Formats: sequence, structure tokens, C-alpha cells
Amino acid sequence: MNNFTIERDIEIEAPVDVVWRTITEPELIRTWFSDVADVEARPGAVGSLTFRADTDAPHIVGITVVAADRPHRFSYRWVYPPGERATEANSTLVTFTLVADGDERTRLRVTETGLDQMDMADAEKQKFVEDHRHGWQVQGDRLRDLFASGHSSSP
Amino acid sequence: MNHSADDDDLWEAMADPTRRKLLDLLVARGQATATTLTADMPVSRQAISKHLSLLQRVGLIDGHREGREVRYEVREQRLAEATEALSEVANRWDRRLRAIKHLAEQAHAADRSTKEATNPASAPALGDAPHRAVDGNG
Repeated sequence: MNNFTIERDIEIEAPVDVVWRTITEPELIRTWFSDVADVEARPGAVGSLTFRADTDAPHIVGITVVAADRPHRFSYRWVYPPGERATEANSTLVTFTLVADGDERTRLRVTETGLDQMDMADAEKQKFVEDHRHGWQVQGDRLRDLFASGHSSSP
Repeated sequence: MNHSADDDDLWEAMADPTRRKLLDLLVARGQATATTLTADMPVSRQAISKHLSLLQRVGLIDGHREGREVRYEVREQRLAEATEALSEVANRWDRRLRAIKHLAEQAHAADRSTKEATNPASAPALGDAPHRAVDGNG
């Protein structure tokens, strides 16, 4: 397995703890992510995210929390087959890293690792494709952007 | 649905940062040889040739011999296929991060205006602010 990784980050004008709550509290997760979130920020906690909850075909994705180091790191495995335990071989690992930049600013980075397992994310992928189908043009800028993690000055 | 062996090779080809950098350069320039690529890479020409061979084997680039050199170019359609799934994932996270940013900044602004409020009338707007500590019941 080659552990293909996506890495994205963003600067947020808010204290690190506000960002932490936004990404870990179920009621807040529902405002930016799944329609329903059953998530507890505790290592080993098993929960679920429900997408398309208001349709005939809701899609429920199991998640298993790996690390919850408030307010610095939150990671979980997901998109493993229903009923199975999350392992390196059957899931991807999502990691949020929060770095405070003073009291009022936070750098939030997310990585998703193990994307060679991505066929398991088909249901969610399909939702995205339906919503956002657009011709993907190969352009240098876009590639550089997409692959920024590959040759940026990562620590 | 399972990946074919082909797909696995493709992922492996794309998983290496040096090879992605080479693809970047080839996309930017249209065409290049191992020699010209070496000028922009911190690795040996020999290593670059090896990476280029692998990229060619999985169909991401084409090579045409010109005299003593091989001139490479990206097979755009194959690269587009390979990056499509990946870009979907990246785009999704971009959208999510933007939403998180929006929510957290709103919450922070609401926090601040509460603390600094000389006009309590602005406080009720907090009702909708995403920072409120709600215990999970979902």
C-alpha cells in the first residue's frame, strides 16, 4: 500500500479552541459536514456520519476516532465497510491539525491518507460527483495546487 | 469494486512526490527530456530517467526518441483520469475547510461582540452562532 495522501489547509481568524469545537462537536459537524453526526472526540470511539439523511437512500459512514488531543489534533478512520473494524487496510485516515497563531488565528490542516483505498468511498464520491460534475482540465496550476503537499517545504 | 492491477500501478506511480513534481514540470512545459528536467530537480539524471520510465510504463507520459535523447510529454487524458478521483477528494476538503472557517469566524465574532458589547441588543444573534456548546445528541 502506498498511503496516498491529500493535504489541504486554511487560515482561520478564530482562536484554536473555537476551531476545535467546530470540527469535533456533533451539532457543529452537522453544520459543515454530514447531515447527522454521531461522533465523540475520544480515541477509540466508534461513531457514524449520515449523509443524505433526508432522502430515501441515506448513506451512513462509520468512523473510528484515532486521536483526540484537544485542541491540536483530531483524527479518525472512515469509509471502511459497514460492520468491520477500521484498519489501515480498509479505511482512510483523516487528520485535522490545529496550530494557534496568536490568540485570534488558527492554521487548520487536514490530511487524508490511504486514498488508494478510495473505491470504498464510492457512495460519498458519487454524491460529490452528482453535485459538482465538471470537466477536470489538466493545468499546471491546478496540478501544483492539488499536489502541493508533494513538494512544498513540509517539516 | 476492486482496483485492477493497472490501477494499483497508477496509484503507486502517482504516490511518489518526485514523480508528481516531474508530472508538474511536464505539464507546465509541454515537453522535456531527462536532461532538461534534471536542471530543475534535486536528484540525479539517472534517478529521473528511472522515474520517467515508470511513468511511461503506466501510461501517464509518452516518450519519443530524438537523437540521443528521449523527449517526454504528458498523456493528458490518462493523467486527467488518474487525477480526477483525487481532485474530487481535494475539492471536497476545500469546501469543508471553507465552511469550517466561515463557522468558526462567525462564532468568534459573536464571542467577541458579546464580550465587548456595549449594546446588548446584538447578543441574541448568537442563537444561531455555531460556537454554542451543545452536547452531542446525534
